[in-house]
Amino acid sequence: MSRIETIISELSSISNNPRKAMEDYKKETGKGSVGVMPYYAPEEIIHAAGFLPVGIWGGQKSISKARAYLPPFACSIMQSVMEMQLEGVYDDLEAVLFPVPCDTLKCLSQKWKGTSPVIVFTHPQNRKLEAANKFLAEEYRLVREKLEKILSVQISDEALNNSIEIYNENRQVMREFTDIAANYPNIIDPIKRHAIIKARFFMEKSKHTALVKELNSALKSLPVEAFTGKKVVLTGIMAEPNEVLDILKDNGFGVVADDLAQESRLFRNDVPSGTDPLYRLAKWWQEFDGCSLATDAKKSRGPMLMDMVKASKADAVVVCMMKFCDPEEFDYPIYYRQFEEAGIKSLFIEIDLETTSFEQTKTRVQSFSEML
Amino acid sequence: MTDTTTMSAKELLGFYQEELYEEARQAKIEGKLVCWSASVAPSEFCVAMDVAMIYPETHAAGIGARKGALDVLEVADEKGYNVDTCSYARVNLGYMELLKQEALTGITPEKLEKSPAARIPLPDFVITCNNICNTLLKWYENLAVELNIPCIIIDVPFNHTMPIPQYAKDYIAEQFKEAITQLEEICGKKFDYDKFLKVQEQTQRSVAQWNRIASLSSHKPSPLNGFDLFNYMALIVCARSKDYAEITFKKFADELEENLNKGIFAFKGNEQKRVTWEGIAVWPHLGHTFKGLKNLGNIMTGSAYPGLWNLTYTPGDMSSMAESYTRIYINTCLDNKVKVLSDVISGGKCDGVIYHQNRSCKLMSFLNVETADMLQKENHLPYVSFDGDQTDPRNFSPAQFDTRIQALDEMMKQNKEGVSNE
Ligand code: SF4
Ligand code: SF4
Repeated sequence: MSRIETIISELSSISNNPRKAMEDYKKETGKGSVGVMPYYAPEEIIHAAGFLPVGIWGGQKSISKARAYLPPFACSIMQSVMEMQLEGVYDDLEAVLFPVPCDTLKCLSQKWKGTSPVIVFTHPQNRKLEAANKFLAEEYRLVREKLEKILSVQISDEALNNSIEIYNENRQVMREFTDIAANYPNIIDPIKRHAIIKARFFMEKSKHTALVKELNSALKSLPVEAFTGKKVVLTGIMAEPNEVLDILKDNGFGVVADDLAQESRLFRNDVPSGTDPLYRLAKWWQEFDGCSLATDAKKSRGPMLMDMVKASKADAVVVCMMKFCDPEEFDYPIYYRQFEEAGIKSLFIEIDLETTSFEQTKTRVQSFSEML
Repeated sequence: MTDTTTMSAKELLGFYQEELYEEARQAKIEGKLVCWSASVAPSEFCVAMDVAMIYPETHAAGIGARKGALDVLEVADEKGYNVDTCSYARVNLGYMELLKQEALTGITPEKLEKSPAARIPLPDFVITCNNICNTLLKWYENLAVELNIPCIIIDVPFNHTMPIPQYAKDYIAEQFKEAITQLEEICGKKFDYDKFLKVQEQTQRSVAQWNRIASLSSHKPSPLNGFDLFNYMALIVCARSKDYAEITFKKFADELEENLNKGIFAFKGNEQKRVTWEGIAVWPHLGHTFKGLKNLGNIMTGSAYPGLWNLTYTPGDMSSMAESYTRIYINTCLDNKVKVLSDVISGGKCDGVIYHQNRSCKLMSFLNVETADMLQKENHLPYVSFDGDQTDPRNFSPAQFDTRIQALDEMMKQNKEGVSNE
């Protein structure tokens, strides 16, 4: 196996088996894991405490127990998260960080069915005001306090600033990776690309950084790949399960950039520099744009996507619409209109973590690929 | 000018509702500013600046109640709005689209022509507040972008831990300042702080009368049916910062008190059981839900929903005003939410609770199971839940509603008999 293949396979196996990653971390450091609910929680605080932040993104599942607690019109990802809470999947977590940027999450934050303590905090939505930074820094101060208590640790400003640097480096390396990967859509096919990015959620970040860095330079040493397929940008919450990415791959699509909440949105901005780490983390949220969960009366998402299409020379945008996700559903008509006006092609596919039949997605992708 | 002194409360309600729409239409004709506002966004700032206000949720409810929702929902559909999103938003965004088409082409689209609701002018800017849901942020972003107009945002962060911390109130109060700056820019004139204080005082008087009405449902038998509050709500939303609301509510409260003294009650005949209704009304089927309960001898004496506008604060104190706008029960943690509802149920001396599982409203639906469970442990009252939607008529099944409230009625009867047999 080439070094590239080895790294990809290592990252893929981690992203497919978070439990093992948690156990390994415990063996190595003696410390446990803290769950991180979507979206945009300050993971750095957990990292600074020496614990492993673990992303909670549900999983492909049939829903049964959760039916008693959520009506069928709750989004697919939270249905699966609820099901897994009820199955006790998350009970080994020392705590769970729980942001509430949408109505669904506000409610879900009040009904955790597992045993771990839940730390809820609210992102401000009038984000461009200085007062919003102050508010969020205060929320983060409380998050830090609660974590310190639950984990019986002290989290110093120094440690936190250090963790921020480690995270920023990871962000930078990830941006590099997505750029480089766009030149190698055969080696880094949609599934591998996703796995490499997803592994971030279950690894101490500097380790992830080291592997991806190595991968980046190994890739760069190869000649740019000729690619006969179609290049696409993904937008939405996430592009799971793998069957969806498989369909894209089978139809000759390569992912050259993404605007997914589970992927690039997390690392397209660095945490800005400064001395007060909580304030820095708060300011990240202020500078962040183009996400359905970060209020923006200018709605820069459409223009940002169009820039992305241009920069990555993509043929189209694939909208990965999480079933029953109202924030994303509200953004759609606006950027769709903007795409139409600009002559940018887009394909709408539904993301449903419960379904096992992908015929419809297959048909849609097929006919779209013929159209391009 | 119309003489309002001899009008009944019901007449006043109709009169002022129409008056508000007329004022907005007139303002538009005269080139004055019109603002569309979320239902519990602070109205004080715009009213102090003489801006004519339109409240899309109320307008959408009106369209729904007059059975005109489907036409405009279809327009939103064509624009790509998923049928899973809030139907108030979809009705309004569809309606806005029609108004926009009219403004661009000079031709009134047929659906707009036919719409049974009051005609409203397009806004010059919008103001939103997420104290009832974050959907109102998404919806208003879209209005602002589609119409290319300014959007004033008052963000009241979800209160996951009660009591409300000072830093949250400070953040909201800072946004009030920002809203004033934005308004000065939009209106092209200085903010009138003296008038603002008067408007705040007016708002307090309106709210006091509103609360006076709401408190009357604690009488047993009750002179007030909660369904009336659903109707009068239009004015606490649209006119709380004007005397229209105060005048109408005072009249209504006076009438109800008079009835109470005379022994005239809301339920003609004999009210047998009293229920709490948790959630928004089902506007397109208001009559069905009202009659369904009535035919079983039930009266609604509890609803936390009108209490959303219990915006009591100290005029002149921005921090206190901030608190009143953020403490709304659906913007707080589950424990507090349950506490508020518990008071509503006991205040209304209710025998059971009906939960509206609202297809449009994730925020007001996803905690119903837990809320119902916690409340029942505390008060041992029976409850049912039904599937509905406040404006999309397709998401409500009259048969299911009837079955559920019959079941509730049975349980309430048994409960009562159980108590009287003891
Ligand atoms: S953002 Fe969408 S997918 Fe995520 S929790 Fe909220 S509703 Fe669900
Ligand atoms: S119905 Fe629910 S989602 Fe819609 S505006 Fe009202 S509170 Fe928000």
